[in-house]
Amino acid sequence: MKLIYEKSSPGRPGVQMSSIKISLTEEIPEKYLRSQPAELPEVSEAEVVRHFTALSRLNFSVDTHFYPLGSCTMKYNPKACEVAASLPELTGMHPLWPQLRGGGLLTQGSLAILYNTERLLSESTGLAEFTLQPMSGAHGELTGVMMMAAYHKDRGNEKDHIIIPDSAHGTNPASAQIGGYRVVTIPSDENGVMDFDLFTEALGEQTAGVMLTSPNTLGVFNPRIKEICDAVHGVDGLMYYDGANFNAIMGRYKPGDMGFDICHLNLHKSFATPHGGGGPGAGPVGVVEKLRPYLPVSRVAKTKDGTYTLNYDEPKSIGYIAPFYGNFGIIARAYAYILSLGRDGMLGTSNRAVLNANYLQEKLRPLFGADYKGRCMHEFVFSGEFLKPYGIHTLDIAKGMIDCGIHPPTVYFPLNVPEAIMIEPTESEDRDTLDNFVEVMEELVELAKTNPGKLLEAPVTTPVGRLDEVKAARDMRLSYT
Amino acid sequence: MKKTPFCATSEQDQEAMFQTLGIADFDELFAAIPDELRSDELDVPEGLSEMEMMQHVRKMASKNSTELVNFCGAGFYDHYIPAAVDALSSRGEFYTAYTPYQPEASQGTLQAAFEYQTAICRLTGMEVANASLFDGGTALIEGIMMALRQTKRNKVLVDGGVNPIYRRMLECYTQNLSVDYGEIPISKNGVADRSAYAEAFDDSVGAVVLQNPNFFGCLDNLSELIEKIHEAKALAIMSVYPVALSHVETPGAMGADIVTGEGQSLGLPLNFGGPYLGFMATKKKYVRKMPGRIVGETEDAQGRRGYVLTLQAREQHIRREKATSNICSNVQLCALRAIIYLSLVGREGFLDVGRQCMDRASYAWKKLMQIDGVEPAFNRRFFNEFAIRLPKDATEVVSALVDQGIAAGFPVGRYYKGMENILLLSFTEKRTKEEIDIMVAKLESVLGA
Repeated sequence: MKLIYEKSSPGRPGVQMSSIKISLTEEIPEKYLRSQPAELPEVSEAEVVRHFTALSRLNFSVDTHFYPLGSCTMKYNPKACEVAASLPELTGMHPLWPQLRGGGLLTQGSLAILYNTERLLSESTGLAEFTLQPMSGAHGELTGVMMMAAYHKDRGNEKDHIIIPDSAHGTNPASAQIGGYRVVTIPSDENGVMDFDLFTEALGEQTAGVMLTSPNTLGVFNPRIKEICDAVHGVDGLMYYDGANFNAIMGRYKPGDMGFDICHLNLHKSFATPHGGGGPGAGPVGVVEKLRPYLPVSRVAKTKDGTYTLNYDEPKSIGYIAPFYGNFGIIARAYAYILSLGRDGMLGTSNRAVLNANYLQEKLRPLFGADYKGRCMHEFVFSGEFLKPYGIHTLDIAKGMIDCGIHPPTVYFPLNVPEAIMIEPTESEDRDTLDNFVEVMEELVELAKTNPGKLLEAPVTTPVGRLDEVKAARDMRLSYT
Repeated sequence: MKKTPFCATSEQDQEAMFQTLGIADFDELFAAIPDELRSDELDVPEGLSEMEMMQHVRKMASKNSTELVNFCGAGFYDHYIPAAVDALSSRGEFYTAYTPYQPEASQGTLQAAFEYQTAICRLTGMEVANASLFDGGTALIEGIMMALRQTKRNKVLVDGGVNPIYRRMLECYTQNLSVDYGEIPISKNGVADRSAYAEAFDDSVGAVVLQNPNFFGCLDNLSELIEKIHEAKALAIMSVYPVALSHVETPGAMGADIVTGEGQSLGLPLNFGGPYLGFMATKKKYVRKMPGRIVGETEDAQGRRGYVLTLQAREQHIRREKATSNICSNVQLCALRAIIYLSLVGREGFLDVGRQCMDRASYAWKKLMQIDGVEPAFNRRFFNEFAIRLPKDATEVVSALVDQGIAAGFPVGRYYKGMENILLLSFTEKRTKEEIDIMVAKLESVLGA
């Protein structure tokens, strides 16, 4: 498809902006001005609408396709949450208005939404307090690690490393390292969880904390969490719960009750806010009481008379990790979602997410010859290694799936499973969709065995076939010229 | 149990699925987890129907002040958003998609990102741009980390004219990341203090952060200062306001190495602080040190043009603890809004938006200068924002005007000691002559009282 710049023609007007001139603009000396205007497209409004509508149709999305992308939780994003968060009374609020008058009197509605959301997340996770500022899961992790560091510094603890299992999301070690800690990686045992003996060996006085995802990226819940938490607390370390997979346990288990000290949640996963083609998301972080002083400022507080205010006076706070209060628009969507689910709905949702995953796993097990018989949580991982004799890789199955109108599951993650394929159906899908997925999988595996050449050509129904990524990296054509 | 909203499984299907799995209820699915971990209490209210939820949120939203006439900017601006921006960006095909890891099924997102990167290059006068970062503040932090990686030095000097909210963020991050942080206060005339920089350069300084127009709205030409920065073997990072780039000299032409900024003004609502749009651009020679997703053009086997995420060896899902940044998501939907906005407004329309902003600011400046006791804070050129000195505490004045329905500007004293009487006012195309006249008249009466 042509680029918007290739549709441009000189002098063609776009949207008419304000045309009222109220004074003779004082000329700014040339040395401060650019010599040429920016070469933005010159296209009519109708052409822009057609262009981006046509582009949108080139995408697979939750609204158009089954999207069982493991670890990403591509559940349905309720339209009502979009509408609620898009009310002009909310979107029109300037973030500095709370500083203009009475610490937030102008923005009581928005502050109440922040406050209520914090309370709901605290209750759902069993943690004392939440900050909504982090703008993604990874940002939440970094915030959590910074608080860990602040805690240890305040206590005079000399800590130098964080323990992370090898099945963790890549963001965990990256956050720990950027937060100033060395990373100690622990391999998984035969059950797919962090090897307990190797963990115990690695744990020591210098351990600042442990970052765990449970259920982990293999969809397996670590049954020895309590022991791990106790051991870590024994050296005054902190337990970090990566809540990327909170959607599996929502309403049933609370990280705080299990013994975790810090937990981030991905609102764009568990709480149904849209992924936006890659953000914006939100990664609020909850902490136990003893870590409250280190939370980022500002803090939303409710005063005795029921009004909301912003508190900046927290001497031990790690400071400003975001310009304001987080991705308010995303938080408002999650708030609307939690209100809609309610107490029973939270449990009902995680129940069904786990049921759908187990059902799919059970149905697909014979196809993949998977010998691991255990239950999974909300997602599961199979290996496509059995297809190698036919010259077929997991990637080829993924590409074949696109031709069948299904967005492929996550492939080649987690890294500790060869030819991994990671499937997460979510609660949004009905049984027919799951059964159809099984049929498609069976057909693709059959095709791999009988006519692998055809699968290697997939996808053929998309506007482009497999793209040359080596060429992209070598040519580095990163903008239109 | 009440029906669970947004879940697709019927009771009958659920039973059939239980049978397939050989279980009797949901609890059996969780049998491997020790019972002692189960939390019984969940103090969350009963679920609301869609209608009740909407009523509830509407009621809360109605407690916000929505009738204020706004002259408060300070880096975050109330621009007009053409209707087609919402109409297009709210297409489910865009907003319910994931990161384009399967390029054949994501060409819409990828091509839009490529078009966005092109627009950022053209606005800033730089060679390459990434596909976005969270916001202007985190983009600036990433820019600093990138410059320090490139120069292998550990100190950053930050100009006092850089948005103080960003400087608070930089302090927070640099403290935790063991980076040496220094600030150079602005000169008396409100811009970067050349002589102070000359004294501060040494061989530990790897990055210098400037902002143009700066927090006080002052315009500057930083070419010579950037030459000096380069002589000191440091990189120059410039934080910019994209709407000003309709007219203001580009950071590229001034020699900046890394450009970051807040793209909220390009079609995003103020939304009480987010989601916003961090943009970043640099010179081609530094691209491998740049964080964030980057989209590149390539071909399929038949020679058809297509787009992919490229240079991914920099990123955390490959590099883990060796990645250029721990941040894995960008804000693609916000970048999409920006490229839709820029396409709709177009080359001429963007110039016009800039002209309208300057026009209103210029008009207001002249009117304000006629008020007794009001003085310019700095005698410099501005684009759409400027600082004035009041004969009274600016916070009190603003507070009094808020009661009359006007957000007259941002009192900067909170962030700059000794500037308690300074008020920062911003103007966009949305403000009318009548609104400015009323604001000026009321300000005059508050000052006279």
